[in-house]
Amino acid sequence: MAKVRVLVAKPGLDGHDRGAKVVARALRDAGFEVIYTGLRQTPEQIAEAALQEDVNVVAMSILSGAHPHLFPKVVNLIREKGMDDVLIIGGGVIPETDIPALKEAGIAEVFTPGTPTGDIVEFIKANVK
Amino acid sequence: MDIVEELLKGNRLALSRAITAIENEYDEAMDIMKKLYPHTGHAFVLGITGPPGAGKSTLTDKLARAYRAQGKTVGIIAIDPTSPFTGGAILGDRIRMNGLTTDEGVFIRSMGTRGSLGGLSHKTADAVKAMDAFGKDIIFVETVGVGQSEVDIVKAADTTMVVLIPGMGDDIQAIKAGILEIGDVFTINKADHDGADKLVREMNMMLDLDGLMTDWRPPIQKVIASQNEGITETIENIEKHFKYISENGILTKRRTERSKNEMLDVLHSNIGSYITKKLVESGKMDEYVEQIKARETDPYTVVSNVMKDMLK
Ligand SMILES: Nc1nc2c(ncn2[C@@H]2O[C@H](COP(=O)(O)OP(=O)(O)OP(=O)(O)O)[C@@H](O)[C@H]2O)c(=O)[nH]1
Ligand SMILES: [Mg+2]
Repeated sequence: MAKVRVLVAKPGLDGHDRGAKVVARALRDAGFEVIYTGLRQTPEQIAEAALQEDVNVVAMSILSGAHPHLFPKVVNLIREKGMDDVLIIGGGVIPETDIPALKEAGIAEVFTPGTPTGDIVEFIKANVK
Repeated sequence: MDIVEELLKGNRLALSRAITAIENEYDEAMDIMKKLYPHTGHAFVLGITGPPGAGKSTLTDKLARAYRAQGKTVGIIAIDPTSPFTGGAILGDRIRMNGLTTDEGVFIRSMGTRGSLGGLSHKTADAVKAMDAFGKDIIFVETVGVGQSEVDIVKAADTTMVVLIPGMGDDIQAIKAGILEIGDVFTINKADHDGADKLVREMNMMLDLDGLMTDWRPPIQKVIASQNEGITETIENIEKHFKYISENGILTKRRTERSKNEMLDVLHSNIGSYITKKLVESGKMDEYVEQIKARETDPYTVVSNVMKDMLK
């Protein structure tokens, strides 16, 4: 039986991953298989882990403000590896004004702080391929 | 993408997709395995098991680096428990192995136990074969705990390393029967904590009492995985064991036994799912269940009749 596999990743140099862990647990409780890789991942590490784990979803979170650079980079690397179907979502401290550009770059949805984890679960269920 | 052709060419995405097909029991998995099988049998398979948090992943990371330094390619299958309540899992072993992710000579795959343990050992064995056919020289299989389930999974391994840590108290008593049976090599990790020497003594005593029937005495090595200490010695122990089983015909025997189990596994699961499918499709399943519930018949009679009907 197929199971939705989600890579929860923290690109960049953020000092903690409390938020990412909360999301990881919520996704597990929704019945997903969550691959958790911890802090300070490079885009190349995230893309390669997504490939080796053959995930359906990559969920990234950034607090530091590096998202305009790092999110699109991860999208490109994942697509370059031939994983066209992977749903890529982002979260963290992200100003509203940055969101259109991120979506343009291939981030399917952006979740800002305070989003109920249930919304993320629902979004994944509705959009995963 | 032709998964088999691409996998054999060294395409990592193809290997990844093959393992997904195995895990999800897609129909194509059987066909993939048929075609990969002739390309298997070259890898050395090392099982690593032990209680939660013993440092198995940290150790796997360090051992993998040491093998990489020897020029060998590495596959890692890291298995974590699936929640029986939600069916979800957090697979966190990669956290300790992030440095290996972008090394092209290493491929790491996390797997959840997903309920049926019998199914898991079969899937693990197939995932090992996919990595073997891909050309990995050494394949690590990390599983948590020391119980019957792990014993089954570990059957896919040539050499099994059991990782223990000081301060487990009475736990060691509880698990000793299991570990003495499956451990070819013992590692006492977190030797920077108090009690490592005591644990080594206890282990030695248990091995003495056990009066092992073979002339292989499992070595016990103190290790501090997080500081890369004791890794060289651990690799020497693994290699000594491999040499021992190779020279004594044990490896051949283990691999023969494994081939038999593989065949029986495939046989059981195929016959089982074939019959189940027939029963469901014909509507007989519900009929029988109702009759059993009403005590008009019993499961044993039903199964005898079904077998008579279908396996003529
Ligand atoms: N003090 C000390 N800590 C260690 C040592 N080896 C690993 N650790 C730490 O122990 C913790 C668990 O390590 P892991 O490698 O994740 O252990 P594991 O057995 O793979 O854990 P599970 O897969 O969750 O069962 C981590 O915080 C490691 O840094 C060691 O030799 N000494
Ligand atoms: Mg682990």
